[in-house]
Amino acid sequence: MYLEKISLYNFKNYRSAEMEFSPKINCFIGDNAAGKTNLLDAIYYLSFCKSYFNSIDNQNIRHDEEYFSILGKYIVNGDKNDSIQCVQRRNQKKSFKLNKKEYERLADHIGLYPLVMISPYDRDLINEGSEVRRRFIDSVISQFDKVYLDDLINYNKVLQHRNVLLKMFADQNYFDAGSIEIWDRQLADLGHKIYPKRKTFLENYIPIFNRYFQIISNGKEVVTIDYDSHLSGRGMEELLAIALSKDRLLKYTTVGIHKDDLNFQLGGHPIKKFGSQGQQKSFIIAVRLAQYEYIMQLKGYKPVMLLDDIFDKLDARRVEQLIKLTSDNRFGQVFITDTQRERIEHLLEKIDIDHKIFDIRNGEAFEIKDQDLQNIPT
Amino acid sequence: MSTYSSKLVENAVNELAKLPGIGRKTALRLALHLLKQEKAEVELLGTSIIKMRADAIFCKVCHNISDNEICTICNNQKRNRSVICVVEDIRDVMAIENTSQFNGLYHVLGGIISPLDGIGPNDLTINKLADRLKGKEVVEIILALSATIEGDTTNFYLYKRLKEFDILFTTIARGVSVGDELEYTDEITLGRSIINRQPFEGLNNR
Repeated sequence: MYLEKISLYNFKNYRSAEMEFSPKINCFIGDNAAGKTNLLDAIYYLSFCKSYFNSIDNQNIRHDEEYFSILGKYIVNGDKNDSIQCVQRRNQKKSFKLNKKEYERLADHIGLYPLVMISPYDRDLINEGSEVRRRFIDSVISQFDKVYLDDLINYNKVLQHRNVLLKMFADQNYFDAGSIEIWDRQLADLGHKIYPKRKTFLENYIPIFNRYFQIISNGKEVVTIDYDSHLSGRGMEELLAIALSKDRLLKYTTVGIHKDDLNFQLGGHPIKKFGSQGQQKSFIIAVRLAQYEYIMQLKGYKPVMLLDDIFDKLDARRVEQLIKLTSDNRFGQVFITDTQRERIEHLLEKIDIDHKIFDIRNGEAFEIKDQDLQNIPT
Repeated sequence: MSTYSSKLVENAVNELAKLPGIGRKTALRLALHLLKQEKAEVELLGTSIIKMRADAIFCKVCHNISDNEICTICNNQKRNRSVICVVEDIRDVMAIENTSQFNGLYHVLGGIISPLDGIGPNDLTINKLADRLKGKEVVEIILALSATIEGDTTNFYLYKRLKEFDILFTTIARGVSVGDELEYTDEITLGRSIINRQPFEGLNNR
């Protein structure tokens, strides 16, 4: 599966752009704020029905325009042609169509055209709170398990009800065990559906992660990812019973899968505190590449990969390794952004692989053909 | 808002616009329409609303809307008095009555348990339902609440509260809609339908 063609109208800083892509490597070269990452975001939209950066769709419309549209043409299984169109009119409902047929639920689309993005924001996975890491787990699982997503939404709803109840009881100096118990039962029921799925996912995922980290770091360091969940030791009913007096005091639910976390360690120490910049970057890349491979194994075809500002994370030699993996057919279609043209050109010269380079300037994209390359003074 | 040339019209619009699903523009359209009608017509509308609000009462037994202390369904001796169908509100009674498939009695809860909306078990008519079961006449309770988390939780609460009575608890079936093709059924519903499949016994399952 790959994106053959994209057309943008009034998307972010683009008035109108049409581009045809290589099934292998595509590079967007340009200065800061030229619109390189916006192109990646448009491609992200086609897979996830939303922006990677700004969840308010209206704010992705070009200033003073009434709508944006993104049209992508994909080649699937070598010859099948799929067109995906996303149109957002100002203050209206987003329209999302596959082969001109409107989706009833956007959730049905997510996962059909899998995509993995590596972006500078990924450092949040290490630095931010546990909800970022849970979101990572949830986003991967829900791409192929819709029941999981439904259970998770319901779990969060039950949790909200229970917390409101705890707060109400505390505020009114009153307690009704029967009222809490019915929510406990729902929470336990859903928690016991979600926990094994997270556990199974991580059992399959972590070995893939370890392999990629070894490749990237040349096998010098020992890293571990541990899944940390209250449910690993006790059942949810028991946990809730033990925590009840604490919950009543704090007026919220202190145990459950909503407290799950991933521990990232390097040589036995938390990577957040003891990892160098470079180690953290390698770690993040391995997290994403492993995600890529996991999805590929499940789907049976290769997701699209977006590499935003990849040189920010890796030195030239490691990027070269990464691109070689693409030429080895490990990866499918790849999109790369970079500010320095020579760096990318130099790299692609060394590797014989099908590619296209686009010059991005102020919301416009120009393909640079090979013959142009020789004529442009560097 | 002083765009109306008549204070009387403005008052009417303000009141009409309080109704669910009615905005100011629709309210104005309705008011102007009423102005064009014969006075007697409009009086009929007005008095029917006043009379409804003043005289309509809730059935003492099932809490359905009624003209008398006991509603026509509870009073109907031809109905099966051993089965009670528990519903959230009066609209659900109407919906099930329209199917003509149920000949038992109802019990209207007046809502479902939802702490987020400030509704607890004591805000519902659950005690009244328990009272109805004491007579030993009832053998089955059909739980016909929405297929949401709140509906499920209310079902569970009712079961816990009422299981001391020796009765059968059932819930309405959930799954693929009649006349639907599987291909177009959403994955969650279809998944549950597979898990909660039923034994096939000839054509009775349809």
